Amino acid sequence: MEYIVLIYGDEKAWNRMPKAQIEQVYGAYRKYTEDLQKAGVMRGGSELKPTTTATTVRVRNGKRQVTDGPFSETKEQLGGYYLIDVPNLEAALDWAAKVPSAQDGSIEVRPLAPMS
Amino acid sequence: MLRRAIEQIVRREGPRVLAGLIRALGDFDLAEEALQGACTRALEVWPARGMPEKPGAWLATVARRRGVDELRRRRPDVALDGALEEVLASPEPDPSTVLPERDALGDERLRLLFVCCHPALAPAARTALALRTLCGLTTQEISRAYLEPEPTTAQRLVRAKRKIAEAGIPFEVPAPEQLPDRLAGVLEVVYLVFNEGFGATDGEAWIRPGLCAEAIRLGRLVVELLPGTAEAEGLLALMLLHDARRAARTSDDGTPVPLEEQDRRLWQREGIDEGLTVLDRAIARGAPGPYQLQAAIAALHAKSPGPERTDWRQISALYGALLRYLPGPIVELNAAAALAMAEGPERGLAWMERLSASGALDGYHLLPAAQADLLRRLGRVTEAAAAYRRALAWVRHPAERAFLERRLAALAEG
Repeated sequence: MEYIVLIYGDEKAWNRMPKAQIEQVYGAYRKYTEDLQKAGVMRGGSELKPTTTATTVRVRNGKRQVTDGPFSETKEQLGGYYLIDVPNLEAALDWAAKVPSAQDGSIEVRPLAPMS
Repeated sequence: MLRRAIEQIVRREGPRVLAGLIRALGDFDLAEEALQGACTRALEVWPARGMPEKPGAWLATVARRRGVDELRRRRPDVALDGALEEVLASPEPDPSTVLPERDALGDERLRLLFVCCHPALAPAARTALALRTLCGLTTQEISRAYLEPEPTTAQRLVRAKRKIAEAGIPFEVPAPEQLPDRLAGVLEVVYLVFNEGFGATDGEAWIRPGLCAEAIRLGRLVVELLPGTAEAEGLLALMLLHDARRAARTSDDGTPVPLEEQDRRLWQREGIDEGLTVLDRAIARGAPGPYQLQAAIAALHAKSPGPERTDWRQISALYGALLRYLPGPIVELNAAAALAMAEGPERGLAWMERLSASGALDGYHLLPAAQADLLRRLGRVTEAAAAYRRALAWVRHPAERAFLERRLAALAEG
C-alpha cells in the first residue's frame, strides 16, 4: 500500500535554529532518505519551502479567490513529505517514527486512495 | 430443546471462528454476514441431519464458502487467490463429515485482539470493536452497556472497520520490540471495559455487571492467548478480586458502600480464591507491573476479615511502588488514604492538603470526600463539614451524592 508521510513541525523554531543544528537535521534526513531507498520503499518526497511562500486558491461561484498563506493557521506547519510503498500501516508507522522530525514535531500517515 | 442447544453452540462457537474468517476474507462486515448466514444454515441443517462433531469447524467452513461466494458476486472481474478459489470449489460439508479444526484458532483471535486494540483506532472504537468481535455482543447490547443510542455505536463500529481496511491496519501479532507497548494497549482496553462496568460515572446504574463479566472474559482470553504474561494475569486477578466484592459495593437503594463499611459476608469466595491463585501465578513469574501491584492491594483487602485488621502498612508500601509505574494525582490520593490508615489520619491529611494545593485534582470530588473523612475521624467537625460541601459541589453521580449528603447530615447529628 502507498502512504504519504506528512511532516509537521514548528516553523518558527526551525527559523531560530542555529546553523550547525540545522546542518545536523539535514544530515539526519539525508540518512533517513537513504534508508528508505535502500529498503526499496521510497516513492518520492521533498522538503517544502516555508508557509510564508504558500498561496491558497479557492474557486467560488466560478470566481477564483487567491489568498496569501496556508489554508489554515496551525501551531505546527506542513514542512515536507515522503511517499512510501509498504505492506501495511504497521510498517508505515515504523518508518514514520524514524523521520527525524518525529522527535519534536508530528508525523501524519495517510494511505493514498487508489485512482479508480 | 434441540433448537435451544444449537443456538447456544452457535453463540459460543461463532465468535471463536470469526477472527479467522475476517482475515481470510479481508473484510469485517463480509465475515460477519457470512458467519450469520452459516449460523442460520446450521439451524436448518443440524436438526435434520445431526450435529457435526466439530460445530465450530463446520460453521467456519460454511461461512468461508458463503463469504467467498459473495466476494465473487461483488467483483466477478477480480481473480481470487488460490486458497479462496479452493474453498468455493468444495461442496458444503455434510454435518457427519469430521472437519479438521482450523489450525491455530487461537492465533487468529490473538491477531484480531491486536487489531481491535490498535492505537490507530479511537479509544471508544477499540472497546466497542473488542466487545463486538471478540465477545460476540450485538451492537444493541454494546449501546445499552455504554448508555448511548444504538446508531452512535453502529457508526463507531462502521468507522473503525473502515479505518482498519482503508488505512491498512495489519492482522498480525506485533513484532517483539513493539509487543510490550501493544500488550499494554490491549490490557488497557480490557480494563477500560471493566471500569466502565464497575464504577459508572454517570447514568442511573452504579454498576453494570454485564460489562464486568465481558471484561473478565476478555481478560481470560488474553491470558489464554498470551500464556506466561505476568501483567495479563495481574489484570485478570485484579478484575476477579474487584468483581467478587460487587454485591457488597452498593446498598439496597443503590448508594455506594465504602470498603470499610462493606458486609464482607457478601464477598464471593470463589472469585476471591481464583483471583488470589491467578495473582500468585503472575507474581511467581518475577515480572512485576502496575496491574499486579493493584491486584496485590486488592488481594490484601480481600484476605482481611475486617478494615481494622487489614495490613495497611503493606498496602501503603504497595501504593508507593505503584506510584513509580503510574505517577499521577489519583494514585497519590489512594496512596495518601492508605498512609492515613497505616500511620494515622494526620499523615494522610498532610499529603492530601499538598495534593489539594497543587490543583491537580480540582473538580474531583473524591479528594475533598477523603479529606472530610479523615477530618471527621480527627474530630475536626467544622472542617469536615466544609470538605463534604466541597465534595458535594463536584460530585456528579446521584448515588454518590446521596452518600455524601448522608455523611454530612450524620456529622451535624454526631
